[in-house]
Amino acid sequence: MGTISLKNVRKAFGEAVIIPGADLEIKDGEFIVFVGPSGCGKSTLLRLIAGLEDLTSGQILIDGEDVTDVPPAKRGLAMVFQSYALYPHMSVRNNIAFGLKMAGMPKSDIDAKVAKAAATLNLADYLERKPRQLSGGQRQRVAIGRAIVRQPKCFLFDEPLSNLDAALRVNMRVEIMQLHQQLDATMVYVTHDQVEAMTMADRIVVLNKGIIEQVGSPLDLYNKPNSVFVAGFIGSPKMNLISGAVAVKHTAATIGIRPEHIALLGTGGDVQGTIVLTEHLGSDSFLHVDAGEAGRLTVRAPGDYLGKPGQAVSLGFDKARIHRFDSQGKVLV
Amino acid sequence: MATQQTRSIGRIAVAPSVLALFLWMIVPLAMTIWFSFLRYNLLDSNPACSLMTPAALLDEANRCLAGTTNYYYFLTDPAFFKAMRNSLLLVFWVLVISVAGGTLLALLLDQAIYGRNIVRLMVIAPFFVMPTVSALVWKNMMMHPVQGFLAWITKSMGLGAIDWFAHYPMTAIVIMVSWQWLPFATLIILTALQSFDEEQKEAAQMDGTPPFSFFWYMIVPHLARPVTVVILIETIFLLNVFAEIYVSGSGGRAGNLPFLVYQYGLISNDIGGASAGGIVAVVLANIVAFFLMRMIGKNLEG
Amino acid sequence: MARAVSTRRKLFFTALSWTIAFLIFFPVLWTVLTSFKTEGEAVSIPPTFLFFDWTLENYAVVQERSDYVKFAMNSVYLALGSTLLALLIAIPAAWAMAFAPGKRTKDLLMWMLSTKMMPPVGALIPLYLVFRDLKLLDSHVGIIIVLMLLNLPIIIWMLYTYFKEIPGEILEASRMDGASIGKELIYVLAPMAVPGIASTVLLNIILAWNESFWTLTLTTKDAAPLTQFIASYSSPEGLFWAKLSAASTMAIAPILVLGWFAQKQLVRGLTFGAVK
Ligand SMILES: Nc1ncnc2c1ncn2[C@@H]1O[C@H](COP(=O)(O)OP(=O)(O)OP(=O)(O)O)[C@@H](O)[C@H]1O
Ligand SMILES: [Mg+2]
Repeated sequence: MGTISLKNVRKAFGEAVIIPGADLEIKDGEFIVFVGPSGCGKSTLLRLIAGLEDLTSGQILIDGEDVTDVPPAKRGLAMVFQSYALYPHMSVRNNIAFGLKMAGMPKSDIDAKVAKAAATLNLADYLERKPRQLSGGQRQRVAIGRAIVRQPKCFLFDEPLSNLDAALRVNMRVEIMQLHQQLDATMVYVTHDQVEAMTMADRIVVLNKGIIEQVGSPLDLYNKPNSVFVAGFIGSPKMNLISGAVAVKHTAATIGIRPEHIALLGTGGDVQGTIVLTEHLGSDSFLHVDAGEAGRLTVRAPGDYLGKPGQAVSLGFDKARIHRFDSQGKVLV
Repeated sequence: MATQQTRSIGRIAVAPSVLALFLWMIVPLAMTIWFSFLRYNLLDSNPACSLMTPAALLDEANRCLAGTTNYYYFLTDPAFFKAMRNSLLLVFWVLVISVAGGTLLALLLDQAIYGRNIVRLMVIAPFFVMPTVSALVWKNMMMHPVQGFLAWITKSMGLGAIDWFAHYPMTAIVIMVSWQWLPFATLIILTALQSFDEEQKEAAQMDGTPPFSFFWYMIVPHLARPVTVVILIETIFLLNVFAEIYVSGSGGRAGNLPFLVYQYGLISNDIGGASAGGIVAVVLANIVAFFLMRMIGKNLEG
Repeated sequence: MARAVSTRRKLFFTALSWTIAFLIFFPVLWTVLTSFKTEGEAVSIPPTFLFFDWTLENYAVVQERSDYVKFAMNSVYLALGSTLLALLIAIPAAWAMAFAPGKRTKDLLMWMLSTKMMPPVGALIPLYLVFRDLKLLDSHVGIIIVLMLLNLPIIIWMLYTYFKEIPGEILEASRMDGASIGKELIYVLAPMAVPGIASTVLLNIILAWNESFWTLTLTTKDAAPLTQFIASYSSPEGLFWAKLSAASTMAIAPILVLGWFAQKQLVRGLTFGAVK
């Protein structure tokens, strides 16, 4: 079991209201990702769940039980910190075993569990080393190992990959996802990287200035963003957001259309423009097009597209894929 | 950063320290204030006056309560003025010598020299010498008018011997105490100099900043903070110099306020008078601390 | 890369600083040298520098006549006792102020600093009387408590500045791992802070060892440390310079050695973390 519910959770540091009121139901075994720009309160929300911060008001339930006033140690959760927060004076083995020792588990059981975790995480050869003798990726695995041995109801990750280089990040991402399948445990994962969010999550929670903008599966958010904020945040390259006359034509304050939903036509498209820049990724090319009153648009083209900067293009929007938003930024249905 | 729960535990965790320091600060001070209004001499034949209970005091009120007499006597005692002057002179001159000397010495030691670590060790040594030792070493082996090392030097130069502690006791004490505190000032200013960003120095050189401007606009502001810290800390300790004067036996002419209070209390057994003196010392320290804290508050915030 | 310094300049500064350093160090050196001389040679004019009959006799006499070892042991008891006792209550306090600060933590720290400004003479008389009545005069316990209180603010400040450098997340991780606050302190914070705690201990041993207001006024013989031992050499009839030097050398040597090791920490401790 590992369900978490937030009921009208509010958090303020003195005068500054960071989380004005959040409601959320996290299901057992779910991989849920909090995503949002820097400073929007992701870590704060996670730390509230962990019990490292007090709620200003509201309630947190774990497995239906009110844990609002329960100290972190007793919530049955495990957390992986951005800085790894390994105990620098302990060997890898002791780092992983610490939580079990604190729980008063017999030594033989501890050894067995540590060995198992180390095998899972490919750490068996490093057990006697100190954290400073490990690479970034290995440290990250130790931090995860420390979390999994305790068989928590739920794992909390706070941007665990942000200190790793790009290649390692992709590997670790896959490892964490496999771990999730193996352990079948609830995971709450904070990131500001929307690619991580899209690839890992069962459901994504998009936060903006402490407010939950939208909760849904990655494809839901991708296909049906319910605000300009979500539309702009999810997807890479970003969705084109157009306001002004072009939007008015679609009876909206703002319309959004993704680069892959714009076709390059010879003539007769919705808007005309000139290519400013092309980015060739191999599989695709992305064109930056100056489209007059529609502004600068990003358009996806085939990998072997040959258009050069300066060339005039005509762009056709896929009508069914146009997102319409009102002046408050909310979606119009 | 922390939850209510850890904060409450935190309060429990600081409680013993706060309580201990609070008692340490308040109880003796309150008692000193109390005594300072009593006619209280350990040699007094009237034992009731040495009982601290209010009841006993009320009984014998007219005989034991001294009102402000103790203060009157202490403040009008010619010894008080001398002690006060000596206290301030000592603080002033030692500060001047140690801060000025310490700055120059630190600047020197910050240069590229051979064997800097050994030089540093030698310079710091006096700070670790316990005050009683330095008093005896200076009084006898350095400044003794017949067999002292300084006497030998002055005599070899044909100047004749100086009997430092007999003729210039205050100067002797200032020299001795400066010797103890110069290393402290040097060490702190040197540490601050060495933390001066090497890149900043290079940037200034690239800009062609002349050495004097560099010193004035870069080094001096950088030293403001450590120098204020040195002044603060030395002042605290210098106002309370005692052992050097006591052990060198120069309390008669170079005695400062702490020494005078000691004399009143533990030599003359005049508890009331000594307490009044103690309160005067506290007031003096607080005046100094007030100005220092203001000066330093500005410097430490940044 | 620092600018290349011309050799002449370097030699000049070297000569200058060695000369000054030597002059500053001279009284200490002279004391040590004199301690190996005979009494006659100690007062000879002109003074002898290295070419005299080296003797260890003074050390033996000092021990025999005034029982150096007893005083030295007292110094050790007082310095260690007061430091450890202070550490015991200072570690939790510094932990709380560094990791669970409240609105008034800064003020509390400043207040602790301000207790150091209280002149000892303001407390001398009552403390002397209270100690007399409680039979604490010249007792180890009494002086240990006084020295502990005297150095407590410095210990708390030093620990506080060291603890501040430890990332709070590591302590939070231990909390997530199920450690109680006590275990967090013992198994996580203390071992991580070992260097800081060691420096704190070192500095405070030095300060307690050299403390010579309270040790001179509140002890006479049973609990008297080396400060008092040396003071007893100030009586004119007991003045034998070679022996005085031997006694002084023995009184300062341990702390001189410790102090040389603790230079860096000393700066930090004595400036309440303001200069590192
Ligand atoms: N202890 C605190 N006291 C006061 N304000 C705080 C505290 N902790 C966080 N904040 C503020 O709360 C806001 C949200 O912080 P939080 O760390 O949750 O952001 P985040 O979404 O995790 O950002 P990032 O992606 O940069 O980690 C920030 O504006 C921050 O300044
Ligand atoms: Mg964060």
